[in-house]
Amino acid sequence: MELRPILSTLRRHKTTAWLLILEIALTCAIVCNAVFLIGQRLQRMDLPSGIAEHELVQIQLGHVGKNVDAKAQTEADLAALRQIAGVRQVAVANQLPFSFGSDSNGSLMLDPRQQQKTAQVAEFMGGPGLLPTLGAQLVAGRDFQPGEYVDFDAAVQALHDGDARGLPQEIILTRGLAKRLWPGQDALGKTVYFGNNLPFRVIGVVASLARPKQLEQGVQYSTVLPISMTAADGSSYILRTSPQERGAVLKAAVAKLKQLDPNRVVLVKRTYDAARREYFADDRAMAGILVGVIVALLTVTALGIVGLASFWVGQRRRTIGVRRALGATRGDILRYFQTENFLLASFGIALGMVLAYGLNLFLMLHYELPRLPGIYLPVGALVLWGIGQLAVLGPALRASNVPPVVATRSV
Amino acid sequence: MYGYYLDLALRSLRRNKVLTALMVLTIALGIGTSMTTLTVMHVLSGDPIPQKSAQLFRVRMNVFPDDRFRAGDDVPDNLARRDAEALLHDTRGDRQVAMSAGSMAVTPVQGDPQWVQARYTGAGFFPMFDVPLRYGHAWGPDDDANRARVAVISSALNEQLFGGKDSVGQTLKVGDQGLRIVGVLGEWDMNPRFYDLSNGQFGDSEDVFMPLSTAEDMKLSASGNMWCWGNSNDMQAADAPCLWLQYWVQLDTPAKVSAYRQYLGNYIALQQQAGRFHHSGQADLRDVMQWLDFKGVVPSDVRLQMWLALGFLGICLLNTVGLLLAKFLRRSGELGVRRALGASRRAIFLQCLIEAGVVGLVGGVFGLALAGLGMLLVRHQPTDYAAFIHMDLRMLLGTFVLALTSSLLAGLLPAWRAMQVAPAAAIKSN
Repeated sequence: MELRPILSTLRRHKTTAWLLILEIALTCAIVCNAVFLIGQRLQRMDLPSGIAEHELVQIQLGHVGKNVDAKAQTEADLAALRQIAGVRQVAVANQLPFSFGSDSNGSLMLDPRQQQKTAQVAEFMGGPGLLPTLGAQLVAGRDFQPGEYVDFDAAVQALHDGDARGLPQEIILTRGLAKRLWPGQDALGKTVYFGNNLPFRVIGVVASLARPKQLEQGVQYSTVLPISMTAADGSSYILRTSPQERGAVLKAAVAKLKQLDPNRVVLVKRTYDAARREYFADDRAMAGILVGVIVALLTVTALGIVGLASFWVGQRRRTIGVRRALGATRGDILRYFQTENFLLASFGIALGMVLAYGLNLFLMLHYELPRLPGIYLPVGALVLWGIGQLAVLGPALRASNVPPVVATRSV
Repeated sequence: MYGYYLDLALRSLRRNKVLTALMVLTIALGIGTSMTTLTVMHVLSGDPIPQKSAQLFRVRMNVFPDDRFRAGDDVPDNLARRDAEALLHDTRGDRQVAMSAGSMAVTPVQGDPQWVQARYTGAGFFPMFDVPLRYGHAWGPDDDANRARVAVISSALNEQLFGGKDSVGQTLKVGDQGLRIVGVLGEWDMNPRFYDLSNGQFGDSEDVFMPLSTAEDMKLSASGNMWCWGNSNDMQAADAPCLWLQYWVQLDTPAKVSAYRQYLGNYIALQQQAGRFHHSGQADLRDVMQWLDFKGVVPSDVRLQMWLALGFLGICLLNTVGLLLAKFLRRSGELGVRRALGASRRAIFLQCLIEAGVVGLVGGVFGLALAGLGMLLVRHQPTDYAAFIHMDLRMLLGTFVLALTSSLLAGLLPAWRAMQVAPAAAIKSN
């Protein structure tokens, strides 16, 4: 195919050609970045939590008035919950990965004289059975032993009195946090410090346990402390069951707790999947909006191409007739318009790549996004080429159907 | 003359229905998406209390002990109880209030107890934030001082517990204790909830308002950010090293504002002299809009959506420019005849612009319908502000202004090119 006649025609329609090139370029830039943003959101929604997500349900209670003996009541509740058909394990937890609600965080240090914290970590607390109930996997060391747990109230009192012996001495970390604190070393037996120089010895490492919120502080920077919570401390009951029985178990458990003490209000009752879905709802919505934007953009651009191509075909009917009369086949005419579109799209895509990188730089500056991976550009180019060819097909076919006799007619 | 141009424009638009529909559709899509996101921005960045936002100030201080103070750190949002009480005691503002969010279980006469959100605050709260009361009145300063067992409840809670009747004088059962209801709120929606952004930035008002001193007395739990640096077994105690109280002051004149800044400086100096810390301390005073801006109330996702929509509108306009250009130049012959018959270039230019404007207005009407649809979608989003998004008259007019200006802008270049059609050449080529 000879390119020269196409180029010289385009040169005579500079403004229109440039408009189309600019439109394709902008579309290319926005679509590349929008697809990239979608990828980022999906990646975030897909973060591993480290727990048996599909097997957990959560119930949080609010107490009316003063509680007499929260510890005894919690133990009675736990015992009753264990009796429910389908329940495998039960524990108390102050928080769960990726979920709204209150969360507990602490400043962790490697050296008590440190001025700046090493990491802002999430503090998971609950009581015996927390890790197995959640389904968090120990990859080194051991879980806490019964004698190592300290009651929450006692720990707070000990903190107030400055009595370090009343506080727990052990801690379990995630593998991600251990790697951050001691890269390439064994974490077991090492000591970390919280707040006012409170030392904790690492006795175990779990494969993964994501923090509830503040993901920007490090998704996997979580610790587990052997502190026993009660339902009156704002903690939740966590029940592990099979995925199919979750609904029934949740219903039975709420009924059971109400029956044990009607003077309580159920604040939260949900499956863990629901909690996680709620946490990432914004990301899902944003991804949906971005998909909408991409579809709308590509549609508008395609319609623009159809419109301009139709106009050009109409304008050049006589030229086409003359070419046909001089021996050009229908295929020649078809290919002419297809090539013209391909050329315009290519210019647009080339300009669009530059714009895409510019836009990405802007987003990196204002939205803490990483750099656009190179792979997006060739894929974006292919998509735009494809759309251009699809859009031009109709007008080009119409052009190829112009009969040679048009050349001889005066309009 | 304009009537004739309008007639010409309508004829021309009717002649090529597909192209016209394409242009209208493109503009409508661009306008619809842009107006949807601009409306969300408009609502989210709006002034929640326009009549007073320049007189209400959030007070913040950095009076950490020396081992906690780092120059360059942000001033914390909340005050410790001891500082809040000292400022309240001095009453240097026209009005002032220290407060916290909380939650509690209230027990209706019949039925199960229910969990409600509460605000522990002071008598100054109601006049300060122009809170309307349907029944009764707010409590007075004496009630704050006496830790009186009084409460003001929301109209929603009043509806639930008392069927919407005047409940002043009734008792609100909180656990095993009671609060005497002294007032019921009228309609009061502060969105964004600027007075305390840490408990959901958007949402309905709290259900129970009661004196902070009474809440402390009854050991009701506070919610929101609780930031402690020392150890204390009661984080809400008077001497607890914990920051948890929001402090607002009303200062009616600029002179009072500068006097108050002076006063805060003096307060910090006095604390230094008393040996509480040796660093320079920091005080910070921001009015409502500065505060909202500082806290970044408009989510970054919403900004991103707005930029995306504006980019989309840009592409739609480029598209329209191309289509209009094609349309006008295709009519070179007709325009040539008009020029040859004596129409000036200006007349041709105006005629083309009017055609573009008609496309813009029709596009605006469809765009408005699309924006309405967009608004519906936004309200179904799982965000806390979703329920508060609505289009007001300004945004409605804004839609048409945007549609008209953008279509006229899109028409400029094609009209310019059209008026330069050389009459002789155009007629000859036909």
